[in-house]
Amino acid sequence: MAVVTVERKPLSFLERTYLPNIAAGLATTFKRMVQPVETLEYPEQRPAIPAGYRGVPTLVYDPNGREKCVSCQLCEFVCPPKAIRITPGEIAHDDANAHVEKRPEEFKIDMLRCIYCGLCQEVCPEEAIWLQNQYSMTGYTREEMVNDKKRLYELGGTLPDSHFKWDKKAAAEKAAHAGGHH
Amino acid sequence: MFDFYFELPLLLRLLLQGTVVILVLFPLAAACSMAERKISAWIQGRPGPNRTKPPLAGFLAPLGLVASIPVLGTLLQKLGIFQLAADGGKFTFKEDPVPGHVNKFYFILAPIASMIPALSTVAFVPFGAYFNAAGELVPVALAHVDVGLLAVFALGSLGVYSLILAGWASNSKYPFLGGVRASAQLISYELSMTLSVLPVFLWVNAPGGQGTLSLFEVVQSQSQPGFWGGTWYVMTMPVSAFIFLIALFAETNRQPFDMPESEADLVGGFHTEYGAFKWSLFFVAEYAHMIVGSGIFCLLFLGGWNPLPWVSLADTIHALANILPCVCTPLFMGLIAIGIFLGKVGFFIFFFMWVRWTLPRFRYDQVMTLGWKKLLPLSIANLIVYALGIAWLQTR
Repeated sequence: MAVVTVERKPLSFLERTYLPNIAAGLATTFKRMVQPVETLEYPEQRPAIPAGYRGVPTLVYDPNGREKCVSCQLCEFVCPPKAIRITPGEIAHDDANAHVEKRPEEFKIDMLRCIYCGLCQEVCPEEAIWLQNQYSMTGYTREEMVNDKKRLYELGGTLPDSHFKWDKKAAAEKAAHAGGHH
Repeated sequence: MFDFYFELPLLLRLLLQGTVVILVLFPLAAACSMAERKISAWIQGRPGPNRTKPPLAGFLAPLGLVASIPVLGTLLQKLGIFQLAADGGKFTFKEDPVPGHVNKFYFILAPIASMIPALSTVAFVPFGAYFNAAGELVPVALAHVDVGLLAVFALGSLGVYSLILAGWASNSKYPFLGGVRASAQLISYELSMTLSVLPVFLWVNAPGGQGTLSLFEVVQSQSQPGFWGGTWYVMTMPVSAFIFLIALFAETNRQPFDMPESEADLVGGFHTEYGAFKWSLFFVAEYAHMIVGSGIFCLLFLGGWNPLPWVSLADTIHALANILPCVCTPLFMGLIAIGIFLGKVGFFIFFFMWVRWTLPRFRYDQVMTLGWKKLLPLSIANLIVYALGIAWLQTR
């Protein structure tokens, strides 16, 4: 490649005094000063959370108020920092959701271990665990930083669901009984 | 009330005046630190300190009461005034450590020595004027003396000794470097500063008149009738004003000339080893120097207490007296004059802070080059040109 020598323009007298540039700089800083501030006054003003944000992992109910987690423990298994501990439990026969068979008896996420990777959400076959918008977790003790099942559902709330997988299964079973193919 | 005041013994009156001026200057200098923080914040696009609010209980209740006034309290809170009060309280009451390796006597002497010239230069600065009973314009100043500017320069340049003393007494390398830099820088720029004001006094001291270095006379010569009588010296002597302003930045150790501190290369410079009240004294002294320096710039080049070029204070007062007769009383007129003067000074304080966030700090050799190779020849050339011009104009 040929070397192209670019001729450097000598500075004019005014440029060598720097004064026009200093004046331009003063104009820039002054304009900056009268513009509105860039910062948020944090606890009162909160940033807008973009869609798909990975905040604190939470457990959610389906629109019918059924807890979606069936304690399959896949999230516990996949969790890289081993932040999740699940105690599986059975659903009693006389329960309205008896056909789901299992739900967690206790579900703990240690937020001191959690790395917000979102693998639990990705692996969940029930879409029961979601990393939602909350980004600020604080506590005075280590125990406070472990979210138990009650707290996880409080944080999670109810998310829309279009599948109603277990209801469909129950309906299909009922239809099969009624239709009497067997 | 005025008669009672003027019948007090002279010494007591001077004592009262001096106390009042210091009681105004000291908090004003402290308030500059909050102005600095707020202006820095605004230029950087953030709100700055705006949270502190004193509680409505305990010994802070009076302040809390002020804070709970609906609009004013919120405004003061947003402007960080209560933060300033909290900082003042903190600096006064927190533990004041003296490191083990310092030379104790000089270490404690240095901040005191920095306050003395900072607060005493203001004695020679007239900051307003009023008509006395005989209808003559009289300056509002602690000491209206003919040496005026010379006294200010003589006292003001003592300020650097405190920096050298602090740097040396700290017995540590960065403060020492800061002290050395301070002394070299002040010597370099003192020359240009002094040379730059000479044309002003050459013009004021016309042949045949009485010689004076009084700052009041400088303002008087800028408030005469006629086109040339009413111009400010910043218009007729822009180069002088420019050199004086640059030298003022260097003398007050402000960016881009804050070599003695330059936290990037010297930690904190001369005040590295200082903390608490002693540190705050250095800063109040620096801001007091800024206020006095800006005041002198306004007196020399910006017509002092004259509201606009070609509009003198006396004209304004006569015009206002037609509407409001009470403005002619010494108290009102003095307050108006002081207000105008403080407005100009306030603009310069703002300018100091504005420049701080515009220009990067010079390297030390650049400071020296600028001082000795650029400003000094420029100020000498300026002096020669103006000396010849003034000689030609005034002997015509």
